[in-house]
Amino acid sequence: MAGTESELSQQDLMRLYEQMLLIRRTEERLRDENKAGNLPGAVHLYIGEEAIATGVCANLRGTDMITSTHRGHGHYLAKGGDLNAMLAEIWAKSTGICKGMGGSMHVADFSKGILGANGIVGAGFAIATGAAYSAMLAQEGRIVVDFFGDGSSNQGTLMECLNIAALWHLPLVFVCENNTFSEFSPAKTVTAGVIADRARAFGIPTEVIDGNDVTAVWRAARTAVERARSGGGPSFIEAHTYRIQGHLEAEDLFLGGQRYRQPEEIESWRARGPIEFTRKQLEAGGPAAIAQLVEIEKRVMAKVDDAVRFAVESPPADPELAFTLMFDGQRP
Amino acid sequence: MAKKRYIQAINEALFEEMERDPKVILFGEDVELAIMGDCRGLTERFGRNRIRNTPICEQSLTGMAVGAAAAGHRVILHLMFSNFVYTGMDAIGNQMAKMRLMSGGQARLPITVIASYGGGGSNAAQHSDTAYPPLLNLGGINVLTPATPADAKGLLKSAIRGSNPSFFMEAGGRGGEQGEVPEGEHLVPFGKANIARPGKDVTIVAIGSMLKPALQAAKDLAASGVDAEVLDPRTLVPFDEAAVLASVKKTGHLVVCDEARERCSAASEIAAMVADRGFGLLKAPVKRVTVPNVCIPYAPNAEARVIPNAESIARTVRGLTGRAAAA
Repeated sequence: MAGTESELSQQDLMRLYEQMLLIRRTEERLRDENKAGNLPGAVHLYIGEEAIATGVCANLRGTDMITSTHRGHGHYLAKGGDLNAMLAEIWAKSTGICKGMGGSMHVADFSKGILGANGIVGAGFAIATGAAYSAMLAQEGRIVVDFFGDGSSNQGTLMECLNIAALWHLPLVFVCENNTFSEFSPAKTVTAGVIADRARAFGIPTEVIDGNDVTAVWRAARTAVERARSGGGPSFIEAHTYRIQGHLEAEDLFLGGQRYRQPEEIESWRARGPIEFTRKQLEAGGPAAIAQLVEIEKRVMAKVDDAVRFAVESPPADPELAFTLMFDGQRP
Repeated sequence: MAKKRYIQAINEALFEEMERDPKVILFGEDVELAIMGDCRGLTERFGRNRIRNTPICEQSLTGMAVGAAAAGHRVILHLMFSNFVYTGMDAIGNQMAKMRLMSGGQARLPITVIASYGGGGSNAAQHSDTAYPPLLNLGGINVLTPATPADAKGLLKSAIRGSNPSFFMEAGGRGGEQGEVPEGEHLVPFGKANIARPGKDVTIVAIGSMLKPALQAAKDLAASGVDAEVLDPRTLVPFDEAAVLASVKKTGHLVVCDEARERCSAASEIAAMVADRGFGLLKAPVKRVTVPNVCIPYAPNAEARVIPNAESIARTVRGLTGRAAAA
């Protein structure tokens, strides 16, 4: 999917579908494992938003960098992060991608340009801006994508970083995943105006797209990534989607019976989720395509099962690392 | 050795390290014009890619330092005044100090943050703080407090070459002070205290800006028969506990001087450390000489009232050792 063609072929779309499905099945498994009490920490799931990470990262190279959010499993996987190592991390095992020291909210693989999921809402703005400044100086053709949500758009650092990115023509793509909720608050109760307008005010090229249509995401990202790579400066994509799961799993414990949205709303969005949408497109390809979809489902389920087994069977994290990993070559 | 000013020693360290490694970059507010003096000439030599003025947005600058370091550069962030540690604190506390552990040791963050601290210039409360105490509590941040031109140069060079986030705390208002600086390659290791004046009756631990008044106090005390040892820890993280304990073993008395406010100051931490690990060595309670728990006021006379000086240090020592002043 190197972005050499101007449009996606049926087989390209099939590959994007498989990537989205891997994220979906992984997240569903984590939902169930969390419910069963098998995970030590909280998980924030990406179900319903898979098209955005997938469509964007399909345009990236291994050396490109991303910053992510507390809802970061999808970004990690779409950028090429190892599934086994991610699940081992979430299970707090020594084989985890961060050796069990970071957990779900901090999955990172610096060797693949994944500068980390992040527990601080909006933290990615400045990290991505700094990374993009570094990339610009290095002149090695790397670019940076900053994934963030509508909730973090109300952090002042977004405006600070839009300013710097525009001023310095940084190779940076801002991708706002507007999933309609800022933790437990509907976006319309906490966010004024159109988020993309904030970027327009700095003269940054902006697109507002349907984030549940992976083709639309891929296309918008392709333009933005090419702009960044060719020295054209930053871009801003606001992708509309819907968070099917709660802010975090088992949120009912916090809500104590209160509701901040209606079940019918969730169901209507579920029906037009990105995977459902793409599957319908692909099924139109006839019996061969349908058979391929069945194969993909099997393959993805096997991968998830294997990864969970790997995580569960791995040895626990080494507590001594809390001391040896604080500094590089120095005790705390 | 040649005599050089503190600010000049810092400038030399920046020049040498930027010459040495093209991956070293420096950014901050008004660094191109070298408003604080320490960056003088850097833009002309290294250009506006490696030396870069930023907008006024410390919250983002500290996060950008993390991002640029994670992406492969050696970052020097100039924060001007140490009060701006507070405005930039989120990414310092939540990213810079934690990313290495959170990433399982993947992140390597060669970041040096320069910030000038301390009062004495009628800069009022928001530009006079000694803001390292919150940094000491973060865990993953080195804190350097050079008191002399030689240590300023040697510690800054070590910080820039190092691979961990380090705060280089410039003693504000001390920039014009002169001292001997070794020629050629001069690196000062972290966690190695320096005995600035040997003595046998009392240990005065003097942090950064407090070294000069502490040495003056020691001189005054000598005239009245008190032989004070003045120890400069040079770095607060890592901290040379062994050197302080060895000195206290010799003197049995400890006074810690710190320009931070008393509550949760570095002085408090050092006092607690000695109470914990050196209680049997002490012949008297540990005393702290710090700014009281107030903000630094504007009026010069009010400022002088709250910032420790040679007289208040000597007075504390005399109270501790029980030897009255000759006069």
